[in-house]
Amino acid sequence: MKKPVFKQIDGNTTNYWMLLALLGSFVLAAVGSHFYMEHGGHYVTGMNNQIVWGLPHVFAVFLIVAASGALNIASISSVFGKTAYKPLAPLSTLVALALLAGGLMVLVLDLGRPDRLIVAMTIYNFKSIFAWNMILYNGFFLIVGIYMWTMLQRNMNKYSKIAGFSAFVWRLALTTGTGSIFGFLVARQAYDAAIMAPMFIVMSFSFGLAIFLLIVIASYKWTDRPLGDAMFKRLKNLLGVFVAGVLYFVIAQHLTNLYATEHHGVEAFILRDGGIYTQLFWYGQIIIGSLIPLAIIYHPATANSRSAISIASIFIVLGGLAQMYVIIIGGQAYPLELFPGKEVSSSFFDGMVNSYSPTLAEALLGIGGIAVSLLMVAFAVKVLRFLPESLADEAVDPHHSK
Amino acid sequence: MSNSANHTNNYRRKFLAQSAAVAGLAIAPGIVLNQVAHAKADADKATDANRWGILIDTNKCNKGCTDCVTACQTENGWGKGETLSNKEQQAQWIRKVTITDKQTGHVQSLPLMCQHCETAPCVDVCPTGASMKREDGIVQVDKHICIGCRYCMMACPYKARSFVHEKLELQKATAPRGIGTVESCNMCAHKVDKGEDPACVTACSKAKHGAMIFGDLKDANSAISKELKKNGGEQIRADLGLNTGVRYQGL
Repeated sequence: MKKPVFKQIDGNTTNYWMLLALLGSFVLAAVGSHFYMEHGGHYVTGMNNQIVWGLPHVFAVFLIVAASGALNIASISSVFGKTAYKPLAPLSTLVALALLAGGLMVLVLDLGRPDRLIVAMTIYNFKSIFAWNMILYNGFFLIVGIYMWTMLQRNMNKYSKIAGFSAFVWRLALTTGTGSIFGFLVARQAYDAAIMAPMFIVMSFSFGLAIFLLIVIASYKWTDRPLGDAMFKRLKNLLGVFVAGVLYFVIAQHLTNLYATEHHGVEAFILRDGGIYTQLFWYGQIIIGSLIPLAIIYHPATANSRSAISIASIFIVLGGLAQMYVIIIGGQAYPLELFPGKEVSSSFFDGMVNSYSPTLAEALLGIGGIAVSLLMVAFAVKVLRFLPESLADEAVDPHHSK
Repeated sequence: MSNSANHTNNYRRKFLAQSAAVAGLAIAPGIVLNQVAHAKADADKATDANRWGILIDTNKCNKGCTDCVTACQTENGWGKGETLSNKEQQAQWIRKVTITDKQTGHVQSLPLMCQHCETAPCVDVCPTGASMKREDGIVQVDKHICIGCRYCMMACPYKARSFVHEKLELQKATAPRGIGTVESCNMCAHKVDKGEDPACVTACSKAKHGAMIFGDLKDANSAISKELKKNGGEQIRADLGLNTGVRYQGL
């Protein structure tokens, strides 16, 4: 195995600038949506006092979860010593930082008072998992940034193992924190479960790798750099394991809930009677997000096709967004159980399934988060040496015999 | 020392003196304002010598009556003025809830608002500490440091909180409300601090229903403590173990 040679992409093609312009226009649309929502207040959104976290949160939490998962490739090479993944480790840190930045942008711009972000950065209530998350997010930027530096600068390489290990521990803490935002909500039937934290970690593996794989396939195809089957197969097989892992956690979560009578109401709502949430669960999360990708990844007819695996990755991303929608919005749509065994009604919509129709502004803000992440990656690979010149089999496989 | 050096030193002295004077003038109003802002006498501060609570007898609560809700609106200035928000977005600090037993068909009516939990989930989850509990047990939002993240609304088991979805005008001096922040019942803290009852309790007595008793749960001789000792009082979602300051009879 040769030492990988990293090189910036040329990036002087029309297509490259078109890509930047396209992503840039989505970012501008997101900023525009933000000002539209902030100008007069959140009344222009589909959010209300029943569904307080809407579509922006779906995108934000998805991106934050995916961010820590995108770091996987780097962790596998530095922490678990799999040298085959080493050429992609710097890109892995870059994608991780970019996804987190995109997710946080959406989260912050959706606050009621984003102008008070400085308050959130300076005043901490240490009993709040949200406050801990702010520390975890900022720490992630710092630690993964240092990790990236130790890989990019040759005389710092000797520190990359310890930096990689710190980043690995930190990312596990970060996703535990993100999952716990929901796990710690005692009042709501759909949340309040310890399984949320580990489930979010496996979700991060899956979503993060799907996005990472898409970025690798696209950037190597668009820059005419060789991407050998050895690296491609490693990544897609790993992705298959992660998708199956998420499915396992989802089954465990619902089976546990189905056993307890107390949770029958919310389970019937998500799995059977919830309308859009039920459809998103079965068609979005389970069929499009899990079963079809698994079939594509493991079926001999499609397993070796780059375009088929790209489609599987896109499906995993869409399924992931559907899963977030079901968790975040479906969880709020189901009414709070204030008086078990009784029918409840009031002027404040007690006892009713709460309605939510996302608006264009919210969708554009969320999509803008993805655009920010991709824009950062596209720009960084042009100005810094993130991408190996070749991921051909002889460049990555220590046992390549040809 | 030469003349020119003397001249320079004089100039420096003058300059420093003037700078100090200007700086002093600039800071002084701030210091005065700061003192005004913190002028409240220690004796008036809420302390843990009290724990304020409300006891609601659902059997006395009139099904068609919404006087407590109207009184809260008048006192705290919510319920009108939110013209752009839809019904699901408009704030409600207190609401009348009708509950029907699925087995027996027994119907009850009761007011529901912030339950002023001892271990309030909204206070626990708030990242900035804007959602806070006073020493005397009143839970409220510090609207100056609320960033509008709405995590408290996710955490509240009673759906007691509202988010302000639009700009507001003509607010009550005693109950400032702000776009992009979260708000809820604060047991009329401004009235309680003056030794008065919350507006809802007063309205209930005025309507001759007498379904609400306000008082100090720590004072064994208060009317609320005596009634609780004699006839008991339940918490909504008692299973959560939040030790609410608002209790109900006849549930």
